[in-house]
Amino acid sequence: MITLNINNTNYQVDASADMPLLWAIRDMVGLTGTKFGCGIAQCGACTVHVDGKPVRSCSFPVAAAVGKKITTIEGMKDKIAEAVQHAWVELQVPQCGYCQSGQIMSATALLKTKPNPTDADIDAAMQGNLCRCGTYQRIRSAIHRAAEMIK
Amino acid sequence: MTQQKSSIDRRNFLRLTGLTGAGLIMGMGVKADGSAIIENITAASNAFELSPLVMIDQAGVVTIFNTKPEIGQGTYQSIPALIAEELEVSMDKIVIKQTGGEKKYGPAQFVGGSSSVRTNYTSLRKVGAAAKEMLLNAASKQWGVPVSECYAENATVIHRPSGKKLGYGELAEAASKLEAPKNPTLKDPKDFKILGKSAPRPDIPIKVNGTAKFGIDASVPGMVYASIERCKVFGSKLVSFDATAAKKVKGVIAVETCERIHGIYKSEGVAVIAENYWAAVQGRKALVVKWDHQGNDQFNSKDYEQSMRDAAKKEGAVEHQQGNFDQVFSGAPVKLEAFYETPVVSHSPIEPMNCLASWTEGNKLEIWTSTQVPGSVVNEFSKTYGVKQEDLKLHVLFNGGGFGRRLYPDYIHEAVQLSKKVGKPVKSIWTREDDTQQGPFRPMTFSAMKGALDASGKAIAFQHKVISGTLDMKKDYDVTKADGTMTEGISEQKYEIEHMKNLYVHHYLHVPLAAWRAVTSTTLAFAHECFIDEMAVAAKKDPMAFRLGMLTKDSDTKTILNKLKEVSNWDKPLPAGWGRGVAQYEFFAGQAGFVIEVSKKGTGVKIEKVVAVIDLGTVVNPDNTRAQVEGAAVMALTAAIKGGITFDKGATVQSNFHNNPLVRINEMPKVEVHILANGGDKIKGVGEPGLPPFAPALCNAIFAATGKRIRRLPFDINKIV
Repeated sequence: MITLNINNTNYQVDASADMPLLWAIRDMVGLTGTKFGCGIAQCGACTVHVDGKPVRSCSFPVAAAVGKKITTIEGMKDKIAEAVQHAWVELQVPQCGYCQSGQIMSATALLKTKPNPTDADIDAAMQGNLCRCGTYQRIRSAIHRAAEMIK
Repeated sequence: MTQQKSSIDRRNFLRLTGLTGAGLIMGMGVKADGSAIIENITAASNAFELSPLVMIDQAGVVTIFNTKPEIGQGTYQSIPALIAEELEVSMDKIVIKQTGGEKKYGPAQFVGGSSSVRTNYTSLRKVGAAAKEMLLNAASKQWGVPVSECYAENATVIHRPSGKKLGYGELAEAASKLEAPKNPTLKDPKDFKILGKSAPRPDIPIKVNGTAKFGIDASVPGMVYASIERCKVFGSKLVSFDATAAKKVKGVIAVETCERIHGIYKSEGVAVIAENYWAAVQGRKALVVKWDHQGNDQFNSKDYEQSMRDAAKKEGAVEHQQGNFDQVFSGAPVKLEAFYETPVVSHSPIEPMNCLASWTEGNKLEIWTSTQVPGSVVNEFSKTYGVKQEDLKLHVLFNGGGFGRRLYPDYIHEAVQLSKKVGKPVKSIWTREDDTQQGPFRPMTFSAMKGALDASGKAIAFQHKVISGTLDMKKDYDVTKADGTMTEGISEQKYEIEHMKNLYVHHYLHVPLAAWRAVTSTTLAFAHECFIDEMAVAAKKDPMAFRLGMLTKDSDTKTILNKLKEVSNWDKPLPAGWGRGVAQYEFFAGQAGFVIEVSKKGTGVKIEKVVAVIDLGTVVNPDNTRAQVEGAAVMALTAAIKGGITFDKGATVQSNFHNNPLVRINEMPKVEVHILANGGDKIKGVGEPGLPPFAPALCNAIFAATGKRIRRLPFDINKIV
């Protein structure tokens, strides 16, 4: 048994040490907001925060997450997260929505370190998150909008 | 199993209480056991049916059934809005339920061809209008007043002279007993409160907090997981497999075969079934499988492409002709010929294919999945697996992207067979590698173009010959006929060129093929509109003026080009090293056009500006329309400048996003979208028309900037010169 602290709750999971954190979160804990997209850290759909930093949970072994604070989209409750989610709704960012949990996890991590990001900052922070529907320009606008709201 | 009971109440649903921010969703019936729905729709069981698509309970909650699965295109807003507008109920007062292919909801339970709104615009408004008339009649009866003295507003019927009011909830039972009027009066569009205005999509708040449920999120008690090994060489047969090592992997329960059914393309796979998905994937890696490649392991893109070029020398079947192309072309003073090539591409929705199927005793089947085609899944699967339609319950969850891929239920077949074999609910999930390597893919098309000008530079003859396989993958194709889908749109363009002869050469491709967003127009528009540009250059005319010069009669094409000319400031000179390109394309789904500006940057070009015009006639949600065109441009850019799919040794070379890349945020310029919606009866599609004209507008801009004519996709935008 491995203990994982996810969204401030401890969960006991019967996972092999090499199982990616993604599958422990989805299949064992049952939090399905974090998505599977590629399995090789190329699309960002599985992005979660580990000790506040964005990681691709599909390529992050569960053993490496022990003793750390894991935050998933379901646990995004602070002021920055709320601003991002409001901006996402206001600017009608999602289309199919599948990648958007990961987009929001990356965007909130960006705004935590850079509360007023430039377009170049957004490019750097967000280029690991693919969106097949092509919502990129709204993501960019929504990050700027969230930054305004946080001020 | 308990989840077999009360299936009608367990449809995926959304309850909305307002649209002013996050946190307004009361609940969403996505738990596979249905408990969330029963908790939240308190009046679901005592609701009254005014139409199969409209139910109202005594508390006045209006439930609208959406027959169009949500794949990102906004049908949770657009479809209920058509009904709600005429029913006089605001969108924040309704419950939206997704139908699952049930017979009572009609034959049109699919999404494809940008058809959801354009083919249901009037019929769904009539559903709302009929329900409203039933409520008005019920109120007039109850009050004993003429119905002409009553009107409906905000889910209430009001008696104009007395001011008396009755809410829809109070009238629902009586109204449900009345006959539905066949030809209800529709509102004048000038009185619309919902339609034609930018409105927030009700599915968006739950897509920003992780609560929206996609097919891959479905779960039921006792569920097991499957990962399926399929041969990488297309057209192979399973010989044998050794599951000894796979079964030793912790968590692995069983190893079974299943058949992938994609139209006439059928192939066997070996599935590892386990307690969790990760274990299934590990078990799959430990499988030892022997395949017979049936001689298909020498197939490769290089040779196939050369065979397509050779096939282009055939005359082909006539798709359309007018005038006397052969004679006029051979005698023309200025003749042009060019050959255009486009690649096979993948759909690559970010949600991989998946399906949860539960086969239970007595031939009962329950399916949870993301699909574009619930109606045909219920129809076909009941026949294929010998299940009565009433014993097949399909739950359609949000699709994590469709793009045409989820028109094909191959992944549903596999899960159903596996559940039947192991006697448990089985959730099968394709890996990204499966998705990238197994197809089905958009077929490649090659285009042999011919054009002729007279001495004054006027276009007098034109030919577009398409060389490709067909989506149905049939080898014994009747070569005397042109395939309508593979020649989509090439004879619908409005340019007035007197002599035209468009042709089709069938060239068999045995890999699984599929419609892709905007189908064949995405490849044919590239050849068609770039070649029109080549003709303009040969005529020494401005490409916009050359096009407009061939449009003396009024047409949507002319309107779109004139609008593009205006909004792009077409005649404004550009800085040195910049170029501007235009393209438009009309096809069954609709019509749009782009003007793109690029600048030379190092050995490549940078996209500086993208302006789109989409012609709809009637628009339901302008903001969502803009979003769809913005997204179409991104998908079109990926198809133009990214890898594409190639084959070697009978198999797909690419495997995941590292070698089958998609455009990322840093590569995407802003797209400015203009909507032409002049009203009237005309209504065109939204989801697809933004794709086809993008690549030709880009390549025409690159020619204008660099003098380099691009005739093959994909190309490296950083290595043009």
